[in-house]
Amino acid sequence: MSNNLNQTTSTRRWRLDPKFMPLAATVSLFVAMAVFGSVSYTGFFSAQAFLNLLIDNAFLVIVAVGMTFVILSGGIDLSVGSVVALSTMVLAALVEHRHWSLWQAIPLVLCMGTLFGAFMGWLIQRFRLQPFIVTLAGMFLARGLCYLISIDSISITDEAYTALAQMRVELWGDSAALSLSALLALAVLAIAMFVAHGTEFGRTVYAIGGSEHSAKLMGLPVARTAILVYTVSGFCSALGGVVFTFYMLSGYGLHAVGLELDAIAAVVIGGTLLSGGVGYVVGTLFGVLTLGIIQSLIMFDGSLSSWWTRIVIGVLLFVFCVLQRVFESGRK
Amino acid sequence: MSAQSAGSWAQRLRAHPLLWPLVTLVLILAVNASLNPGFWVLQWRDGHLYGSIIDILNRSAPLMLVSLGMTLVIATRGIDISVGAVVAISASVAALMIGGKLVIHDGVPTHVSNYPMPLAILCALLVALACGLWNGLLVAKIGLQPIIATLILMVAGRGIAQLATGGQIVTVYYAPYFYIGNGFLWGLPFALFIAAAVYLVVHLAVTRTALGLFIQAIGINPAAARLAGVRERLISVCVYAFCGLTAGVAGLIISSNVKSADGNNAGNLMELDAILAVTLGGTLLTGGRFSLAGSLVGALIIQTLTSTIYSIGVPPEINLVVKAAVVFAVMLLQSADFRSAMRGWLVRPASGSRA
Repeated sequence: MSNNLNQTTSTRRWRLDPKFMPLAATVSLFVAMAVFGSVSYTGFFSAQAFLNLLIDNAFLVIVAVGMTFVILSGGIDLSVGSVVALSTMVLAALVEHRHWSLWQAIPLVLCMGTLFGAFMGWLIQRFRLQPFIVTLAGMFLARGLCYLISIDSISITDEAYTALAQMRVELWGDSAALSLSALLALAVLAIAMFVAHGTEFGRTVYAIGGSEHSAKLMGLPVARTAILVYTVSGFCSALGGVVFTFYMLSGYGLHAVGLELDAIAAVVIGGTLLSGGVGYVVGTLFGVLTLGIIQSLIMFDGSLSSWWTRIVIGVLLFVFCVLQRVFESGRK
Repeated sequence: MSAQSAGSWAQRLRAHPLLWPLVTLVLILAVNASLNPGFWVLQWRDGHLYGSIIDILNRSAPLMLVSLGMTLVIATRGIDISVGAVVAISASVAALMIGGKLVIHDGVPTHVSNYPMPLAILCALLVALACGLWNGLLVAKIGLQPIIATLILMVAGRGIAQLATGGQIVTVYYAPYFYIGNGFLWGLPFALFIAAAVYLVVHLAVTRTALGLFIQAIGINPAAARLAGVRERLISVCVYAFCGLTAGVAGLIISSNVKSADGNNAGNLMELDAILAVTLGGTLLTGGRFSLAGSLVGALIIQTLTSTIYSIGVPPEINLVVKAAVVFAVMLLQSADFRSAMRGWLVRPASGSRA
């Protein structure tokens, strides 16, 4: 058995392990687009332009990391966009209308998102419901709750809040800086990578995605992990909402409409198999960056309209889904 | 519990799949009638029937059509979340091709369409059919999960619709086109006849041919159906294509009703309403069991619910919360685990005698 295992690892050393192929495809796509942009447009190739990709998409990175865990476990979470919106709404209402300190408001919002995710996870696990339909109902619920708070946008003018939002951490002198949101996104990414690849929880998520039945037979805590996966996604969505308010400085029920699609697209483009069990958290970062760079390319071009972004994302999704199928059938 | 002895008639009624959807609809209608005394009043005005009920029927026609297509897709264990985008595409194509220019003809200002209306409608439907075929091929030929396969068109579709309309809301100035969404035939909304005709065709195809059986077989076990000689892939492709077509017809009705097409917002969240209508009607999301009439009732429930919320004067945004509550309730009731858990809590002492 162990001999066999050694043999396979030694033969694999000669070529790229097929399980890294989707990730490699994404990274090379990103690099290719970056090179194309740098050659075609002046000002595209600068440290700040690339850091801006991270700053502008910090909330998407955080949400997509949560989504990665859900998809790795073989599920899906359609409620993330509306949980982001609800978080911005609650934060704005608490800070602006009730004059709460943000050190009280932010933890409360994070708890809310976490509980919301845990509730959906419990429904899915306890009553064997389809994740798709449960999170769809969660999506309706969270959006509806936004409008119960207020139909209009609430802008945040609290000084401590705006100071936090405009905070920049400078790297390499004046030429490049990261915002607090981007740092938070990187921290979430680092923790998620550790959790996915270095903890019992992470390994159980992969096992469930591979085969829930086998995971159960192996004695893994399937029920607990399945609920935790949605809890993590709920927490990430709430944190994404907090970061979104740093970015927009307002709470609004129409914020982040369709964010769930961007998050799923980022995860898929990042090389995570939709059938679950295969993928890397770091791939999701490149998925988000790829979506971001498409937007910058279209912006730099100037002649293309904004809806081209959606079409290009659709085409990319198609290409990557088909590639996934090719890889899957290749492995069989 | 005592009703079990009341005879086979009551038993058959209780087991009828349409019972609960209809009870829900009647309850919502009763709430409406109690809040709004004029709810059931029908008047003959301008050569057609006029009243709240007629309004609800007219407005629910697009959702009914999309739900019919969605029912067949869900029956084969699939899902189509691109219907909203297809509605937008078909509406945009029709509105662009018809458009309408003001022409002074013999001193009388008349509106003339860019292309003949039948051609425009045909093109819009063909585009919608192509969208459905695309979904079907992704699912059946390439083997993508239905939710992901249709996600692609859902993301790209709105972009395509906006590309077609140039990001503008296209207004239609051609009166004959308005008949589809606003016209009346024999005193009833014309859109309702379209929905009824589509229902009748599908109903006959499903009950009078083996198609219904095949669809059910695929939904229950695709592999077994294939081994039994059912042409699973072909039927899957056809089902998605049909769903695209119904979304296209719904797009025509919607754009004709509002006399314009908005690539960004036409049919927004329609996929969710359609899935909700289908589940409310008693179709299992896990495939196999489906009810076309149930989906029509489900669409009516959703539209009546929306109208109720408007008429009782609460902010329309609450609609989303109510819908969420309905979805939670319905999916819990559909779950065998939930029912057995409830039975465990409610009739614990009697559970011994049941076995």
